[in-house]
Amino acid sequence: MYRSYVMICGSENCSSIPGHEHLYNEFQNQIKAAGLEKEVMVLTGSCLGICHEGVGPNVAIFPEGSIYTGVKPEDVAEIVYEHLLKDNRVTRLLFDETVTIGNARSVEDTEFYKKQCRIAMRNCGIIDPKNIKEYIAKDGYQSLYKVLTEMTPDEVIDVVLASGLRGRGGAGFPTGRKWKFASGNRGKVQKYVCCNADEGDPGAFMDRSVLEGDPHSVIEAMAIAAYAIGSDHGYVYVRAEYPEAVEHLEIAIAQAKEYGLLGKNIFGTEFNFELEIKLGAGAFVCGEETALMTSIEGKRGEPRPRPPFPASKGLFSVPTILNNVETYANIPPIILKGAEWFSSIGVPSSTGTKVFALGGKIRNTGLVEVPMGTTLRTIVEDIGGGIPNGRSFKAAQTGGPSGGCIPASLIDTPVDFDSLSKIGAMMGSGGLIVMDDSTCMVDIAKFFLEFIVEESCGKCTPCRVGTKRLLELLTKITDGKGTMEDLNRIEELASFMKDNSLCALGQTAANPVLSTIKYFRDEYIEHIENKHCPAGVCKNLLTYHIDPKLCRGCTACAKACPVHAIVGTVKNPHAIDTSKCIKCGSCIEKCRFGAIERK
Amino acid sequence: MLDKSYYDKTDEIIAEHGARHASLIPIIQDIQAQYRYLPLELLSYVAKKIGITEAKAYSVATFYENFSFEPKGKYVIKVCDGTACHVRGSTPILERLYSELGLSQEKKTTDDMMFTLETVSCLGACGLAPVMTVNDKVYPAMTPDAAAALIRELRG
Repeated sequence: MYRSYVMICGSENCSSIPGHEHLYNEFQNQIKAAGLEKEVMVLTGSCLGICHEGVGPNVAIFPEGSIYTGVKPEDVAEIVYEHLLKDNRVTRLLFDETVTIGNARSVEDTEFYKKQCRIAMRNCGIIDPKNIKEYIAKDGYQSLYKVLTEMTPDEVIDVVLASGLRGRGGAGFPTGRKWKFASGNRGKVQKYVCCNADEGDPGAFMDRSVLEGDPHSVIEAMAIAAYAIGSDHGYVYVRAEYPEAVEHLEIAIAQAKEYGLLGKNIFGTEFNFELEIKLGAGAFVCGEETALMTSIEGKRGEPRPRPPFPASKGLFSVPTILNNVETYANIPPIILKGAEWFSSIGVPSSTGTKVFALGGKIRNTGLVEVPMGTTLRTIVEDIGGGIPNGRSFKAAQTGGPSGGCIPASLIDTPVDFDSLSKIGAMMGSGGLIVMDDSTCMVDIAKFFLEFIVEESCGKCTPCRVGTKRLLELLTKITDGKGTMEDLNRIEELASFMKDNSLCALGQTAANPVLSTIKYFRDEYIEHIENKHCPAGVCKNLLTYHIDPKLCRGCTACAKACPVHAIVGTVKNPHAIDTSKCIKCGSCIEKCRFGAIERK
Repeated sequence: MLDKSYYDKTDEIIAEHGARHASLIPIIQDIQAQYRYLPLELLSYVAKKIGITEAKAYSVATFYENFSFEPKGKYVIKVCDGTACHVRGSTPILERLYSELGLSQEKKTTDDMMFTLETVSCLGACGLAPVMTVNDKVYPAMTPDAAAALIRELRG
């Protein structure tokens, strides 16, 4: 037992900041120098969720829960001597919200955390993910013990059903129902339990964080699911782009085996469970359930028509359940604290919490977990700290390439499965990208379509050809060649794709386009009729000018221009040759007098 | 013709995963990790060893983004084009790198085999957007100038 724990955030958002690599050794050395090595332990932990620009690396000190941000190796001595030795706080480095609140000693009191409710991410950043003992100390594997020794498989399914838990991967299908469908013929047929960790939605990284920060919660939940449906074998399908998550999961599986929590006769019962990791190979469509399973089988990851549903004919053609990482992470607390506790959080049709990856044009970026039904305003303004640089909130995009945009007029929409689909957006996996008035909505719609065109597997025509045609129509508009007729064509094509595509990828591919047309029609019309991009993003509709009154002739822009399109002599106003200009924006970055205008 | 050592290594990898159809992807992932690309000769060899047609193995290898039949450069640069990076300006960074390296969407590797430039959809480091990676090391909060400076530094 140690008196204090120093947890250095080791996640991508912190560890890629220069200087981070020296923190661990520096803490060790300074702690030793202060004679505290028997009292204080230094660990590399996982994401605390505060990933704001310029904030990391974060260092948390437990049990008090103080978070220091932007810690450099040269700050370590001060933290050790002031905080750990004298129990003072190094105010200049404390997470700034804790300072503005006054003498708050714990981050729990900050706006960023106060309105959150951490269930799926309960252990992230708090325990050492590479040490099973820390998970066990946080009631880990108690739920598995409880189901194996006190509950029948049907009782487990009943609890999950009663909790109202819905799949966190996107579609929001009730988890308990999925389990029930697959529960027939226990012990008579081979079945599989799979975990979808192929987190591919651009802008969503909560599954990665759970796998990196609390891998045992997923392992425990999968074992519980296996017991419930009568399976003895599981697969976790992880994106290869997440090497750290894979490493932590591998360590966790090995430790669980060593402790007898995976393998044969778990907790001395008849229950056996083996778990394997399968690495994705870079195909977004493999997040779709049937595609994921064909990929595990070693084939092209193409979806197939349903029915038969995986619950009756899934992986290797046997009954299979597939849940997403965040869904699984909710299972152990549900078993331990009961369905009633879980369903009391959130709203009746969407119980519990949801983790959002807050990103884009927002002050506090990072992972936030809030009760379902929290309004978008609370997430963006209170937790997210609002829009930086004095700009204004224009829209939030949820659900990634399958989702839609929520305009500023609907900022009081409660964020839950049904409220979001009612307004044409979607929960999706929980990416929440905030956009300000410098974001062009046509460009955003085009961005998602480019992604989908790239990732469409090509098996069915509505998706393969439809997405391509849709992208061509949008490109016409952003190039200034669109007509009003194109808007109708887009809507017609979108509804055809929705009805006729084989899987959700194609069925939802048009959502970002449709929702932006719905809420930002004026912006589309402005592109089409006036050949003008109000946000100043669509290159072909922009021209650059130098205001001769503001230009001092410093030549900085002319030097920066990669195509020598700026002419002029020293101390005389310069001008841009628009026929040569490639609209790269280098000149604007360099101009100190605000003389260059983009229209 | 590849050196015999390539086939010996492949045999080792096949033995590790088992000569089954379901092992195809893990096997070719390991080969690619070993040589930083997937030599076509080895793909055919694996197909024969695990009892599937060459055509099937080829269809799988070409389906997934991660497999490359072309050797990659010494430095593999990936510019993240996830949503958060996109709205914070990843496109100008990519364009600058294309012009700095003389590459394009079609031509991904420089002739001197020093650099390969690719895009990647979301690395999950959205707090530091826009980001890029060089041989998996993440460079946060990039700008076109910083990216160009990094290339000059890597060139030495």
